[in-house]
Amino acid sequence: MAYDKFNILTSTAVPLPIENVDTDQLIPARFLKATERVGFGDNLFRDWRYNADNTPKKDFVLNNSTYSGKILVGGKNFGSGSSREHAAWAVYDYGFRCVVSSFFADIFRNNCLNIGVLPVQVSAAFSEKIFAAIHADPKTELEVNLPAQTITLLATGEKETFEISPYKKDNMTNGFDDIDYLESIKPEIEEFALNLPL
Amino acid sequence: MSNTQENIKMSKTLFDKVWDTHVVRKIEGGPDVLFIDRHLIHEVTSPVAFLGLKSRGIKVLYPERTFATADHNTPTINQHLPVADPLSANQLKALESNSNEYGISYWGLGHQKNGIVHVVGPEYGITQPGATIVCGDSHTSTHGAFGAIAFGIGTSEVEMVLATQCIMQPKPKKMRINVNGKLGVGVTPKDVALFIISQLSTSGATGYFVEYAGDVFENMTMEGRMTVCNLSIEMGARGGMIAPDETTINYVKGREFSPKGEAWDRALAYYKTLKTDFDAIFDKELTFDGSTIEPMITYGTNPGMGMGISHDIPDAAHAEGGAATYAKSLGYMGFHEGESMLGKKVDFVFVGSCTNGRIEDFRAFTSLVKGKHKADDVTVWLVPGSHIVEAQIKEEGLLDILTEAGFSLRQPGCSACLAMNDDKIPAGKYAVSTSNRNFEGRQGPGSRTMLASPLVAAAAAVTGVVTDPRTLIEELV
Repeated sequence: MAYDKFNILTSTAVPLPIENVDTDQLIPARFLKATERVGFGDNLFRDWRYNADNTPKKDFVLNNSTYSGKILVGGKNFGSGSSREHAAWAVYDYGFRCVVSSFFADIFRNNCLNIGVLPVQVSAAFSEKIFAAIHADPKTELEVNLPAQTITLLATGEKETFEISPYKKDNMTNGFDDIDYLESIKPEIEEFALNLPL
Repeated sequence: MSNTQENIKMSKTLFDKVWDTHVVRKIEGGPDVLFIDRHLIHEVTSPVAFLGLKSRGIKVLYPERTFATADHNTPTINQHLPVADPLSANQLKALESNSNEYGISYWGLGHQKNGIVHVVGPEYGITQPGATIVCGDSHTSTHGAFGAIAFGIGTSEVEMVLATQCIMQPKPKKMRINVNGKLGVGVTPKDVALFIISQLSTSGATGYFVEYAGDVFENMTMEGRMTVCNLSIEMGARGGMIAPDETTINYVKGREFSPKGEAWDRALAYYKTLKTDFDAIFDKELTFDGSTIEPMITYGTNPGMGMGISHDIPDAAHAEGGAATYAKSLGYMGFHEGESMLGKKVDFVFVGSCTNGRIEDFRAFTSLVKGKHKADDVTVWLVPGSHIVEAQIKEEGLLDILTEAGFSLRQPGCSACLAMNDDKIPAGKYAVSTSNRNFEGRQGPGSRTMLASPLVAAAAAVTGVVTDPRTLIEELV
């Protein structure tokens, strides 16, 4: 599915300084029953966000109007567990375009890249700085510059570079996906398939 | 690559051999284009992939390489009746109509081959040594037990495989985990896996593909190896694999989708190349002593929070993750630092899932409950992974023993492992579960999960509390 091009994103951020946030928290299994990719944002962090009677849990960050923005800043090992792409869909559908963490689980990171959510991995020290800056001023802005591969705390100018493969960077900045590429080399794939050991 | 480099025969790991054999093209500064031999799909992570195909007007390139089974959403009782939940029914219907439309083998509810995707794949010989296997499910790592490269993918990648039989991934780093020594009484493959995860944490193998080596794995049955490889994802690894040997080949030979005749001879020649060269180098190598492993149990809300069942819950200073995360986790479970798990009340016991829903798991459970009786205030769900497992339980006489002890058997499916169907643990209740994840709410909103082996599950089922199974199996010593 094609997605919005990603270039430079400047936004306030929502802090979630919890480690090992798994994809069952991002979207519980009982909300995976749709056959279309719609409405997953409503159930992002469902059980942390709502009580059993569907009233909002006041102490959860998504229910705190002090914090908002297109960037979600999570604790270490963000997105572990299930491969459900629905977790990345929920993040996107809620309105986030970028997730920042000091460490991402593999499949979640990959799923994000495939749907146009930019995973930005920063050092543990920079992650702490971001959390501290948002804590001190919830209106503090971050700039995520994909072409330059930098993330900057605009108030102080402190910045860090992040990694992304040139191929994925090109995809994200142009809104391409892997199927566009794979379709273009289909004859090569069919030729390859003739000489497999199994 | 220069000619000089090409002329040196590089030593390779098992993983290198299988991966390199399947690389269609390497992209400069990007991922490898990897050909996928076998693709498994289920009802939850495939519908949007088919929608994508439709919107692009693309056909399935090799429908004979994809196999569909319904498992995540299916009920485990009264499977002959229509599925009551309209959303689940709709998803199951979508899998059926998509499979039919694109000519994909479909094993829906009621089909003899229906069952958990990672149980039926190996049973029917879809899983082959040296193959690349993917599925929109993180526990696809299970199939690595056969020396396959198998891992979970997202729905965008499911669409890629349907369209082109390829995905695009950078080659992961390589880790070898060696476990040698004699396992103690009551210590099962599940305990070995939970032990390793407790040592590495849930992110300790992120970025790596793991090879398991050593006599502990060599001595395991295929079922045991599947349990170990299944849990590779729980330490963050993309997958885990074990070199195929006689045990593997004896399991694979003659299964419905296994190669036959000349094709089998060719396959066999390939299988025999599937081992790590003696001087191959791993990015990371770890070694553990199997004789020190105890029956394991988890006390927190991720699979890395496990310990020997006789130990006390560690204090925050000795736990992985920050103090706040640790406190949140223990708070959710209603447990405290420094206390023992033994004797804690158990409300539910679940035996099943792609981790422990195979015949060996039901043999283990039955061996312990034989001659005893289910504790009165425990609800026990025994869910075979497939109809083959279900039939074996009956043929081997296990069902008679289980019935005598007050247990009954449900029908195949993922069930309470992720609680997408009605098999939900109620809020606040405690479950000893042979499944793979103890995340908050994983087995139902508010449920509290303790992961363990089928033997620990059996000990809880007959006592109603967390019990060291070794105290109940003295006759096996």
